[in-house]
Amino acid sequence: MSPREMVGRIGFYTLVALATAFFALPMLWLVSTPFDAQPGLALAIPDPTLGNFSELLDNRYALGSLLNSILLAVGTALLVVAFAATAAYSLSRVRIPGRDVLLYLLLLLSSIVTGTAAMVPIFLLMFELGLIDSRVGVVLVLSGGLLPAAIFILKDFMDSVPKSYEESARVFGASSFQILKDVVVPVIRPGLATISVWTIVNVWGNFLVPFILLRDADKQPAAVLMRTFYTEGGSPNLELISTFSLLFSVPVIVMYLFVNRKYGFRFYGGIKS
Amino acid sequence: MAQKTELPPAEQPAPAAKPRSKPATDVAGLGRGRAAAFVAPAMALIAVFLVFPALWTIYIGITNYRLTGVQAREPEVVGVDNYVRALGDPTFHNSLFLTLIFVLFSAVIGQNLLGFSLARSLSTLRPVLRRVVESLVLLAWIIPSSIVAFLWLALLDRDAGTLNVLLQTSGFAWLIEYPLVSIIIFNIWRGTAFSMLLYSAALASVPPSQLETARLVGASRWQTLRDVVFPHIRGHVLTNTLLISLWTFNDFTPFLITAGGPNDRTEILPVYIYNTAISGGQMGYGAAVSLIMLLINLIIALFYIRLLRERK
Repeated sequence: MSPREMVGRIGFYTLVALATAFFALPMLWLVSTPFDAQPGLALAIPDPTLGNFSELLDNRYALGSLLNSILLAVGTALLVVAFAATAAYSLSRVRIPGRDVLLYLLLLLSSIVTGTAAMVPIFLLMFELGLIDSRVGVVLVLSGGLLPAAIFILKDFMDSVPKSYEESARVFGASSFQILKDVVVPVIRPGLATISVWTIVNVWGNFLVPFILLRDADKQPAAVLMRTFYTEGGSPNLELISTFSLLFSVPVIVMYLFVNRKYGFRFYGGIKS
Repeated sequence: MAQKTELPPAEQPAPAAKPRSKPATDVAGLGRGRAAAFVAPAMALIAVFLVFPALWTIYIGITNYRLTGVQAREPEVVGVDNYVRALGDPTFHNSLFLTLIFVLFSAVIGQNLLGFSLARSLSTLRPVLRRVVESLVLLAWIIPSSIVAFLWLALLDRDAGTLNVLLQTSGFAWLIEYPLVSIIIFNIWRGTAFSMLLYSAALASVPPSQLETARLVGASRWQTLRDVVFPHIRGHVLTNTLLISLWTFNDFTPFLITAGGPNDRTEILPVYIYNTAISGGQMGYGAAVSLIMLLINLIIALFYIRLLRERK
């Protein structure tokens, strides 16, 4: 290796190291502080303890908010998977004029009408419907936003199922619902898993929609409740914030690892918005 | 709301036993009626919670709707007053300008360049090292926004933040001295993963034989990049730029770090809408600004669709 290449190599690795430090630095706090007997804002070698986790039980809302996050994520995932699967199946199998245009229009719409751009009408709509402070309301709003992309992706999966499978099933007298349940669903299981994980990750991290629609601390998911740990005057409760953050981030990390291992990290245009 | 009347509401059970007027012609034996019933619940939800809000924004935007007071019960149509007010309002100008700077520097320049550089340099790293760096970048992308917001508050804290400890600049308030720069760097950190993934896939499509030829004729790194790599990934660059711009433009996370402050210096459009409409109760005015935001989204999305068509 010539000296010039050598310098180039060193420079290259320095840059990679800097980039790595840039991405790692903010996150290290999340790993070390929950286990530190003297948690501070700055990174520190922890004085090991598990005592901080008892704060989770001391806060009246902490564990409940994680349960709320699960309710919202699972509720939305069930609704999105069920409605998107039936709709995608129907659109994949029955010729409806203008079907592809309709699908593209819906996809376009869902990327334009984001929670941010539509927070005013969505808030007013839920206000008029009496669905402020309703977890069902949040599930409905989030499902409406996620369905177009879910239908779009699932239709791709459905199109890849050979129609001969269903024809054989029909010959044996299966009803169309039975065909969907026993023939199509098992074949497109990877697609359904993808949509479920994608929905859950999206809802789990969503802050804005539950933030504007849920005022009652008993109903707020973790993403919204967390703010009350540090914005309401005084110094933040670091024992609580650090342990809560860790617990709150573990599910999405696990799901990411699961998807990565099982299917590879394939992603579609709007997988994260 | 034409869609709403055509479709049965989501709550009603789908009419399963519709009289079969025609024999089914599709493989699944669904028939028109059941096919429609299968699509209906999804379409009903989309119609009520996606299409209707978008259309309703147009109406709310021409009223003086407020959350409290007389206008809450009896909102009046005030025509284009809200738009006239927005065009003449320095706080709105400020917000638009901040949004432009934020999207330009954090997405178009920051995420694009860093994502591309990472994708290009990671391919030459050892697989173990590569996986470590990639995982870190991806983690920054998938951890819930409320958590990353606090992680950055801890990093940038005036008295005890990690950054001030490292630089030995205790007492320096980054979020007050450089609020916009802070959220720009935050957003680069947060969103680079997408560009990295997209460019990694794109770079894999550049034919190795052409890279080899470039090397043999003694092309410099920059020349190879410009004349061999770039022509192959031009479409990806445009796709990536449009998508990350759209997402950054609609990102509410900066609110969790600065809430628009200090003194509106980070009040990007999403935060501006929240502060005026939801927090300030001026629904009519907020809806007018929202419509402007929806139109900007539409323009970006239409560019994207045109791009997809051209590539086909």
